[in-house]
Amino acid sequence: MQNERSIDPAALDLLKKAAVDGIETVWDRYEAQQPQCGFGNLGVCCRHCIQGPCRIDPFGQGPTKGICGATADVIVARNLLRQVAAGASAHVDHAYDAVEALELAAEGKIDYPITDEHKLRSIAAGLGLDAAGQDLKTLALEVVKVAYADMGSHSQKPMQWLMAHAPKQRIAVWESLGIIPRNPDREIREALHQTTMGMDADPVNLLLATAKQGLVDGYAGLKLATDMQDILFGTPTPVVTEANLGVLKSDYVNLIVHGHVPLLSEKIVQWARALAPEAEAVGAKGIQVAGICCTGNEVLMRQGVPLATNYLAQELAIVTGAVDVMVVDVQCIMPSLAKVASCYHTELITTMPIAKIPGATHVPFSLETADEAAQEIVRKALTAYTKRDPRKVHIPDHRAKIMAGFSVEAISSALTHLDAEQPLKPLVDNIANGNILGVVATVGCNNVKVTHDIFHVEMVKELLKNNVLVVATGCSAHALAKAGLMNSEGTEQFAGASLKAVLTAIGQAAGLGAPLPPVLHMGSCVDNSRIGDLVTAIAAYLGVDTASLPVAASAPEPQHEKALSIGTWAVTMGITTHLGVVPPVLGSKQVTELLTDGLTGVIGGKFYVETDPLRAAQGLIADIRVKRQALGLPN
Amino acid sequence: MKQLLVRSETCVGCKSCELACAVSHSESKTLFGAVLELKRPRKRIFVETDGITNFPLQCRQCSDMPCVHACMAGAMYQEPNTGPIQVNAEKCVGCWMCVMVCPFGAITEGPARQAVKCDRCRDLDYEPACVAACPTKALQWADVDSFAAAGRRSWVTHLKEANNHAE
Repeated sequence: MQNERSIDPAALDLLKKAAVDGIETVWDRYEAQQPQCGFGNLGVCCRHCIQGPCRIDPFGQGPTKGICGATADVIVARNLLRQVAAGASAHVDHAYDAVEALELAAEGKIDYPITDEHKLRSIAAGLGLDAAGQDLKTLALEVVKVAYADMGSHSQKPMQWLMAHAPKQRIAVWESLGIIPRNPDREIREALHQTTMGMDADPVNLLLATAKQGLVDGYAGLKLATDMQDILFGTPTPVVTEANLGVLKSDYVNLIVHGHVPLLSEKIVQWARALAPEAEAVGAKGIQVAGICCTGNEVLMRQGVPLATNYLAQELAIVTGAVDVMVVDVQCIMPSLAKVASCYHTELITTMPIAKIPGATHVPFSLETADEAAQEIVRKALTAYTKRDPRKVHIPDHRAKIMAGFSVEAISSALTHLDAEQPLKPLVDNIANGNILGVVATVGCNNVKVTHDIFHVEMVKELLKNNVLVVATGCSAHALAKAGLMNSEGTEQFAGASLKAVLTAIGQAAGLGAPLPPVLHMGSCVDNSRIGDLVTAIAAYLGVDTASLPVAASAPEPQHEKALSIGTWAVTMGITTHLGVVPPVLGSKQVTELLTDGLTGVIGGKFYVETDPLRAAQGLIADIRVKRQALGLPN
Repeated sequence: MKQLLVRSETCVGCKSCELACAVSHSESKTLFGAVLELKRPRKRIFVETDGITNFPLQCRQCSDMPCVHACMAGAMYQEPNTGPIQVNAEKCVGCWMCVMVCPFGAITEGPARQAVKCDRCRDLDYEPACVAACPTKALQWADVDSFAAAGRRSWVTHLKEANNHAE
């Protein structure tokens, strides 16, 4: 159990207020859940049929098989496949909504822009479409048709979005293993079928199916969602703003967007700007929009909206007493928010048909009525502001300056100042000569089992000290932003000498007048696809397999099934993927061994579990050095 | 003096106590460490059921100590000052007399052919791990008289409800 609840000073401040105000938080509920079930922790509990529940005695004195005969290895592997399929389903569902939005936008049926023509044409070209010859809307519909064709594929043909974007060497590996997805929806359905009673009892086969779900997640979820969202709302370029709950303002209407999909939050930002003059009428100086979780990252990356906080502190945002409306879409939304909001003037607004919470106001959101819904929500915030009780308001004075918006295109554009012909060359050269030892992508959640943010921050500081460049997404990015690791001062303070020199040179060349931040914010959790794109581009530039690059991934504080599916995708890309919390697989020696070692020979990547931040950093550095050595690079 | 007492009506049969018992008798004393140990730790508590009532059963520490009296090797002994009954594994010869005389079946066979039973978590300063692991508080580490008092209060509440119902 963690000793301290958080290292975030704003969260610690508000935890005191929560105690005074009598607010129950995620940390209280975590304590109430102790002790947690050991069978569940080890993954050896099966509830897939109603002859059960069954559980295996990990110490061998009790039952070694479930009622049907499934061993611990089978049960653990089936449970993992189901969790990864659930994670993938969240991302594919998200991507599908974005595809639908592009279709309706191109048909002129909804009031959404098609902002990034360049990205549309480049995606279209990659898909083998006539990218130059068609007008924007016709081409958008052609691209949509390809995405829909994957979702509705009735053949054994591999998914087109994957074939067009994945590294060629990887495709060959996946083909040899028979794990290339056909239709993502079909693969998710098949995973549920494969894990139901009386089905697959071969742990190796189940883990290969899990790897296939990783590819579903990577290409039909993450990559597809990012591509659609960039086309619709624009590919991010560097933005400067602030992070942490100190971005809320006592004399402004504070509206928090929370969840994952920018289809709603983009509209909220648009209408908050348009209706800002109305704030004066309710006695406020304006409307402050701030974000939690990945929808916060989406509007940060494209609109420069400040970050309020990350997953674990979502309840504490309301405890400030200064949030007038918190509007949520999908994923990572604690049902407890309704109870917390009821203790203040805050109006919690749900919007999606598959994520309703009793006690919240439900404003139905659809693409067709997005403007009306967004206006209604902003006006509810204006009204709620008039009910704010100043005696209950406490906004912690903590916020950190951040530079975000580092899409692959933005990174490439910054590097163009050093080498216009081959923008990746300066980055690759500096990795090759050892100025940059390697790259680690930190991604994923907070997990209440870990002191809030500590693993992200402590591990990344150690990596930076050793000249490892860090890129980040999701709640990991929030944590690092709040800790001051996403600004030039962070480079001065935390980067090793040679990394600092490279970041300074790029910053100067790009006209920033200061170093690039030591941690590059690449976006939301679906924007892990950007990290995939970067890795794919570097591997293509060098003509090598992604598995051989001195690159690693880490989910320091994973909690969601999505973190497992993203991690699985990273492993299929041949990347060593660290987890800072033990996943529920230790009940099977075979599965544990395959995930952390046994599958490396065939798939290139592996999971690496280490629950201490400094040891994890050292483990990742050691892994990077092994890959450098294999490439003949100096260590 | 505290005793291991059971409210069997709240036992849901999850066997968390069995897991925690094995872990507390492992080298690492942690779940994730214990499952990776080569020498598997042994549990000393057993959730038994007749399909209706579940009961987590372990050594009851009988004051007449039939196991101690039956032990011809001197392996079974009582800790000084009426402490719990323990097994000295080094002295145990595996004759199983203790197993035969134990009215609860609470003594089992260890990996090296010696008697194994609940030691009231001697390694954890006599804070039984099974009690800490019980999610429904069916297992309690309590003074007999306070446990009994809680039982009496519960009976009074029950009586009042029955009377109300009768009215």
